Amino acid sequence: MTTKDRNAFAPSRRAVLAGMGAGLLATTGLVRPVMAQGAPLKLGFQLHATGIGASYGRWYQRTADAAAKMINDMGGIGGRPIELIYEDDGTDPKRGAEVVDKMANQHGCELILGTLFSHVVMGSAPRAGELKIPYLVCSEGYHVASGALNRWTLQPGITDVRSQISAMAPWVAANLGKKVTMVFPDYAFGHDHRDFFTAAMKAQGGEVIAQIAIPPTETSFTQYLPQIPAETEVLYHVMVGPGVLTFVKELGEFYGPGNGPKLFGFIDSLEAVDIATPGLEFLEGSHFWEAHNRVKPADAGEHEAAYRAAVGVDDNGASVADATDVSTYSHMFSTWETLFFIKQAMEAAGYTGPADRQKLVETMEGISDLPYGIERPQGAKVFNGKTHQVFGTQTISQVQGGKLVKVHQTSMADGAYDDAVDYTTMSF
Amino acid sequence: MAFGPYLLLALMEGLVKAAVLALTAVGLSLVFGVMRVVNVAHGAFFMLGAVLAYTVAQYIPGPAALGWLAALVIAPMIVAAIAAAADTLVLKRLNYDPEATIVATIGLLYILEQAALSFFGPDARPVEAPFTLRLQLPWFGFSGYKLFVILAAIAILLAVWWFMTRTRAGLVMRATQVDRQTARAFGIDVDRVYAGVFALGAALAAIAAVLLVPISQSHYLMGGDPLLLSFIVVIIGGLGSLRGTVVAALIIGISDGVISMFYSPTLAKIIATAAVAMVLVFRPQGLFGARA
Repeated sequence: MTTKDRNAFAPSRRAVLAGMGAGLLATTGLVRPVMAQGAPLKLGFQLHATGIGASYGRWYQRTADAAAKMINDMGGIGGRPIELIYEDDGTDPKRGAEVVDKMANQHGCELILGTLFSHVVMGSAPRAGELKIPYLVCSEGYHVASGALNRWTLQPGITDVRSQISAMAPWVAANLGKKVTMVFPDYAFGHDHRDFFTAAMKAQGGEVIAQIAIPPTETSFTQYLPQIPAETEVLYHVMVGPGVLTFVKELGEFYGPGNGPKLFGFIDSLEAVDIATPGLEFLEGSHFWEAHNRVKPADAGEHEAAYRAAVGVDDNGASVADATDVSTYSHMFSTWETLFFIKQAMEAAGYTGPADRQKLVETMEGISDLPYGIERPQGAKVFNGKTHQVFGTQTISQVQGGKLVKVHQTSMADGAYDDAVDYTTMSF
Repeated sequence: MAFGPYLLLALMEGLVKAAVLALTAVGLSLVFGVMRVVNVAHGAFFMLGAVLAYTVAQYIPGPAALGWLAALVIAPMIVAAIAAAADTLVLKRLNYDPEATIVATIGLLYILEQAALSFFGPDARPVEAPFTLRLQLPWFGFSGYKLFVILAAIAILLAVWWFMTRTRAGLVMRATQVDRQTARAFGIDVDRVYAGVFALGAALAAIAAVLLVPISQSHYLMGGDPLLLSFIVVIIGGLGSLRGTVVAALIIGISDGVISMFYSPTLAKIIATAAVAMVLVFRPQGLFGARA
């Protein structure tokens, strides 16, 4: 045995002292914050950074970053900090599925969240189900609650289109008119609007007299306008994408200022767009659905200011750094609320790693009441564990002087409908 | 709406489409005719024109017309400079090999689109029209600016025709088109001609875009449709034939306007694509193209 070997087994005086010092520090609690912060929890965020969803993606990222910062400042999830891993899906379903794979297998994410566009959700959710990784979408599509997806897919941060429409229709029929023409994009999101609004109007004694489907890539709309029947009282529009401004401008040219039917639209059309943009004058006096009022209303909740400050949004709903950078205010809160939902569920489930994923989903399914707070700046919600869908309140705003002014708020009951699926009976 | 006014609206919409399309496609046709380069980045030059128009208009104070006019001058010039640089730095190094230039212009398309996303952002941005005039017809209203676009496109196309047939520069371009080797033998600087033609083609796309942005919006993904339609028009009209390109743009634009209004826009695209297939089968040189 050499001297060197003996030394390896016999700790030096210095090492012993250092070890004792560390032990002392630990017991006195001086290093507890450092000890408690284990390895960060990696949460995968499927982001529309490019493609037609890029305007939304930018604000989804800002909101999620702000929520993650707040959660980490509060001590993380179960004492572990969270780290958001962003991966661009190009707002493309095929790449969406690849991103799910990458998140699960390459980055080692605990779960995936954040997808907005419904076709990307439809393309990605089956892969998440195969990989048995929780997939929390921020999409407002009816595809979760309809039963089309799987046990691993949930939507805890935003109400779905069917519920939004059910809550809106009575107000439209009572205040704007009963003969409605609908203009909607010709894919799943637009079809949800077409089917549910037509049914909801009928229930209110109204009637949808024409349904005009427009291809999602269309850039010019005048050619569709003659299809709007002259007796139309309300024009219901839910166009999405860069062509929306053209749509409104051409409506104005076609009818002329002050003429034509009353307009009711979903703010999806004008998210990230300044309502006071030249060419949008025709919207003056028209009404919009908003989930979360872009222009801070007088009766805003107590956490509204803190939420806006954290995300970096001013009272007009634009970036505090650049007033022309308008947010996607009625959608982006969903990423914030989804992250706090994850925190709540992971802590309740005692989540430690991928082995607990099934337990995590079961815990989420057990969550129901989600009260108003900084965790849910848009408002109180109720999560339905059977349909994996959350329910909340909606608002209707009117364009007054180029600004969206809140005029009506629905109740939680207005947006209720019968369950179409019970995911809890499905296997994992 | 009654049939007559309906048809009138369809024709007016079709003419606006045809006007913008003709300008864009003439640029593509010119580049192919003279340089034998299939420029896949042509749509990206169109997009760049629109995006720059917004940027320029933002920086010009005063009335909207001034900003738009400045954009009409400055945006095509910047786009032309970028195109000339791309020609000198990339296409020339590839000796204008047909396959290599296709791949290179695809690369250029991605670079320009990504650059627009990075510097301009993902939002659709409107440019205010130089004037607002709404024509109230008995049955419907129509934008006066759209009619102006038709007139402006005709004027610019006439200018291009005059340039190609009545000026020395146009003569040199046509000589290079007929025979590059002989042109070089006669002392024509073919490299400069190529850079100039590529720049002119891109500038025409940019002008079309500046005309269009007050109607539509600038958006970093807007180059796809003009590229596809320009190819359709150039193939039907005959590669390299300016007259054929203008005629084909009129046919495609107006038929698109009428068919999409009375039937569906998807059907209009199907018919246009089918027409390209028919032309390629029965008259591969196009309606007005010379036999290869």
